[in-house]
Amino acid sequence: MSGNVQIMTGNSAAAYGAKLCKVQVISAYPITPSTSVTETIANWVERGELKAEYVRVESEHSVMTVCVAASTVGARVFTSTSSHGLLYMHEQLHWAAGSRLPIVLCCVNRGVGAPWSIFNDQQDSIAQRDTGWIQIYCRDNQEIIDSVIQAYRIAEEVYCPVMVCYDGFVLSHTMMPVEIPDQEKVCDFLPPYKPHTILDPEDPRNINPVIFPWQRRDAEGVLRDGYMDMRFKLQHALEQSHDVIVRTCRDYAGLFGRDHGGMLWGYRTDDAEVLIAGMGSIATEATMAADLLREAGIRAGVVGIRVYRPFPREEVRDAFRNAPAVVVFEKNISYGYEGALCADIKAALYGTGIAAPIHNFIAGLGGRDVKASELAEAVRASLAAIAGGKRELQTWLNCVTE
Amino acid sequence: MEAKDDNISAMCKPAVGEAGKTGDWRDATPVIDRAKCIASVKNRAACYLCWLYCPEGIVTAGIPVEIDLTYCKGCGICAEECPAKAITMVMHEEGGK
Repeated sequence: MSGNVQIMTGNSAAAYGAKLCKVQVISAYPITPSTSVTETIANWVERGELKAEYVRVESEHSVMTVCVAASTVGARVFTSTSSHGLLYMHEQLHWAAGSRLPIVLCCVNRGVGAPWSIFNDQQDSIAQRDTGWIQIYCRDNQEIIDSVIQAYRIAEEVYCPVMVCYDGFVLSHTMMPVEIPDQEKVCDFLPPYKPHTILDPEDPRNINPVIFPWQRRDAEGVLRDGYMDMRFKLQHALEQSHDVIVRTCRDYAGLFGRDHGGMLWGYRTDDAEVLIAGMGSIATEATMAADLLREAGIRAGVVGIRVYRPFPREEVRDAFRNAPAVVVFEKNISYGYEGALCADIKAALYGTGIAAPIHNFIAGLGGRDVKASELAEAVRASLAAIAGGKRELQTWLNCVTE
Repeated sequence: MEAKDDNISAMCKPAVGEAGKTGDWRDATPVIDRAKCIASVKNRAACYLCWLYCPEGIVTAGIPVEIDLTYCKGCGICAEECPAKAITMVMHEEGGK
């Protein structure tokens, strides 16, 4: 590391990222563990260190409506939230994506009730998977600041909102060295935001009117899309964002010297006899588990999924093509089925001839501690089960299951 | 091939008929009795509560008052508000206009 390195929490890193992007409107409602992100920004705005409007509202639903309105008229917009706050935004998350607004939101991952928990898992953002937002999962505080900056460039190029997700407390409240990028270089990297639709009193229009199932000719005779055509455009944009995300990550690496891997990253994967997969800090933890396993003679590697939507279909196929076994650890559960990441990985491999056994561990829900040694032990148990012919396993780690 | 809609989010511009010929929706038609309508009786600009209350903006405040049946949805608010009871909503027959 070089330049301006400071020891800071993940929440500070997120706030610095937003500041470097010169966000113009921030709206937020406090919720643990995300509060200090926007608290830090509020301080800067009050002191005049960040020229922006800070809009205080009564709920997260209103937060996202403010973000939608401000982004529509051309402001660069930021917010952050967690858990129930994100769930309360749910309807407006759909609205932001459907309106194709490049809003950036930091989701500081926290479990959801009932029962109450303030501690970390990824159920909150996974529950927003199908809202049309791009989702990036960070593994350390440096990646948070870098991903927020990248998120604006991605969002404003493809006109889709981006959720930068990172684990509550594990990253949000843990101090790490973080290099703060140079302001001028960030300005070079991130061109000004140009809204896709200019609102002008001389050319009035109604944005998001009722739209019909069918295409329809407007009063000027132009054939306008129906609902489904509009929704296809959103899906197409998410699919297309893949290349933009990869290119943005590469450009960022060229300018700032840090490459976070684009869609996913690998650790000691080349000769691996077992690959551990995960998202966010549990994937970081898994790298230590891989080291422990290798010390014990088991050639383990890690594949960290960085971007969950759009899902890195091709990269996942490449990553697991030669893996004799895959173990997925994840901090979410699609109740009645399995972990969302595991299900998506399996779906990506369907029909490719990749036939590695895939085991799934639900881990760390509601902040339950997961040690590298425990991950390593779980992998060892999985390999033994696979050797015994058990191709599928779906279980919970460090949990009373009997 | 017709040009594609280049908007990436749905929008429309304020224009007559932007929502289509909404007169199709009507199952009752307002009929004005000029012998009762205050503007017609007094032969000057008067009352025009029908024009004021019409949610579709399709009543013309003239002498006589006119209703644009191409867009009138037949809601009956004009008949409800008319102080002279000059407007009657005539129900359409089943299946007819």
